[in-house]
Amino acid sequence: MKLHEYQSKRIFAEYGIPIPKGNIATTAAEARQIAKQLGGSVVIKSQVLVGGRGKAGGVKLAKTEEETHKIARQILGMSIKGLIVDKVLVDRAVSIKDEIYVGVTIDRSLQRPVIIASAEGGVEIEEVARKNQDAIIRLPIGRRTGLLDYQARNLAYDLGLRRDFINQFVQILKGLYTAFINSDASLVEINPLAVTEDDRLLAVDGKIVLDDNALFRHPDLAELRDTQEETASERQARQVGISFVKLDGEIGCMVNGAGLAMATMDIIKYYGAEPANFLDIGGGAKANKVATALSIILNDIKVKAVLINIFGGITRCDEVAKGILEALNSMEVTVPMVVRLVGTNEKEGRQILAKAKIPTATTLGEAAQKIVALAKGV
Amino acid sequence: MGILVGKNSRLVVQGITGNEGKFHTLQMKQYGTNIVAGVTPGKGGDWVENIPVFDTVKEAVNIQEANTSIIFVPPRFAADAIMEAAQAGIGLIICITEGIPVLDMARVQSVLREVGTARLIGPNCPGVITPGESKIGIMPGHIHKPGSVGVVSRSGTLTYEIVQALTNKGIGQSTALGIGGDPIIGSNFIDILRLFEADLLTDQVVLIGEIGGQDEQRAAEFIATRMSKPVIAFIAGRTAPSGKRMGHAGAIIEGGEGTAEEKIKALEAAGVKVARLPEEVAELIAAMQT
Repeated sequence: MKLHEYQSKRIFAEYGIPIPKGNIATTAAEARQIAKQLGGSVVIKSQVLVGGRGKAGGVKLAKTEEETHKIARQILGMSIKGLIVDKVLVDRAVSIKDEIYVGVTIDRSLQRPVIIASAEGGVEIEEVARKNQDAIIRLPIGRRTGLLDYQARNLAYDLGLRRDFINQFVQILKGLYTAFINSDASLVEINPLAVTEDDRLLAVDGKIVLDDNALFRHPDLAELRDTQEETASERQARQVGISFVKLDGEIGCMVNGAGLAMATMDIIKYYGAEPANFLDIGGGAKANKVATALSIILNDIKVKAVLINIFGGITRCDEVAKGILEALNSMEVTVPMVVRLVGTNEKEGRQILAKAKIPTATTLGEAAQKIVALAKGV
Repeated sequence: MGILVGKNSRLVVQGITGNEGKFHTLQMKQYGTNIVAGVTPGKGGDWVENIPVFDTVKEAVNIQEANTSIIFVPPRFAADAIMEAAQAGIGLIICITEGIPVLDMARVQSVLREVGTARLIGPNCPGVITPGESKIGIMPGHIHKPGSVGVVSRSGTLTYEIVQALTNKGIGQSTALGIGGDPIIGSNFIDILRLFEADLLTDQVVLIGEIGGQDEQRAAEFIATRMSKPVIAFIAGRTAPSGKRMGHAGAIIEGGEGTAEEKIKALEAAGVKVARLPEEVAELIAAMQT
């Protein structure tokens, strides 16, 4: 789960990390009010959960209250990569001398947290990595010891920070690492950590991604979820425990198991069509979940055909077949469908489908070829 | 005996009194697995399927000489269950639970390294099967057939798909296992490939990978330099978009890294044949066996 910049920075502040003075506004009038309180120039930043806000015109500088009002009105309501801006962060503008990148994530191979830092902040870290691997410092942290003072200090020197910034940097890094651990994050990053003209370190922009699997012990953080950033389908899927990712193709698919779901998408592509989604109904799904999954797929108007691929282990094929019929009874389905059921109770499942005259297939290859042909109307 | 489980496995089921635990205990028992104990704190003294239930893993080890554990404990308690099993002296721990927080797993791995005597498979995996002998997991037993192909995978149902394709062609398996779909797992591809390479009953190996992380790329290097047995691979997620988690917590292309193309390229460079379709895996193996 991603947090907004303003939410991330508020959490940083709780851990003693200095952030610019500012506040959140949902109307241009509010933005003007904040600018008045702050005095001087402000930065108006759209709060949407995608990268590239600046390039899209969603981050702008304003010198006066009037200008703030005007720009906030422009930005509020604009669409950035399909997301409508309904909040802006109004921060006091700062003069920046230098930009540093610092973040914490999990190193999958080392199986522990790792601090990532670069003196070339202000741009996406992946971009820095592509251009110059040497510009990135990676510091793995022991799960037991945590971040030690000397490690933070050494990192500050490695980044080439001026001596009088060292202690400040150590405090910021320790705060960031503690924020990462305490909120069960999978990523925290400050980018840039600015060195200002008036010689301060300031987290000008930031991001937090939380581990969804750990939200149960952070009810306060779970509440920060911005449901407006999810499509209705994604929200519906999440609430019933279905993994769903919308894609751009024309063949909807419903599968049990993540690996098989990906393989099913791939095979649709292999036979010359594009998958409309990734959808994993999970293990042991009952009829009603199958019906919900099908309605989520059919909500996408681009879907021309639906492939259902179930390998029954814990999931029972007759339950899936019942769910399909349940869905077909409760909604009008105009697109063709192919169902492939194998494994636990496959005979019972096929009998249920045969009665309803739904085309079936035995192998995945056969199912994919049938559905691609149906989608193309041949 | 497969690479990990067999007739000598004396299994304790952690979380035996829960719905999933009960259901799969019966399934495993019917397959012929030697289940000697169950553990559910607070339920010691109960019986499930004629199997004695204990409060602690330590008792299951001391009284019933359990040497292998399977975990069906809910995610918030599962990390603790793994560490309990390791400290109690269990040598092989298979964790089925999906949804364990990543930082919990980081702690588990640091404890396991310290204990030094326990191998962990999973979490978020279907388990391990030695066909015809012992099933310690949730996979459907009947699709497997004893034979000489080792199967290792990051997935569940995709593994079943490929195993069934093998069995349909008359190709049996020495051991088939899932290592789990999470970012931090107990055993990686290399750990398992090393066992297959040393196993006298395994002739060929099938590796089933997916997007996310570097495990397949590292495995490719291992195969090129350390393995004599042929490996056939399948990688899921060629059509997966960047930055989206595809069901498994670990299946995500991050910052353009961990793509299917990158993994396929690394494996092919190591001399591994990479199948384009799951069914093709069985065809490639069949061609090798004739």
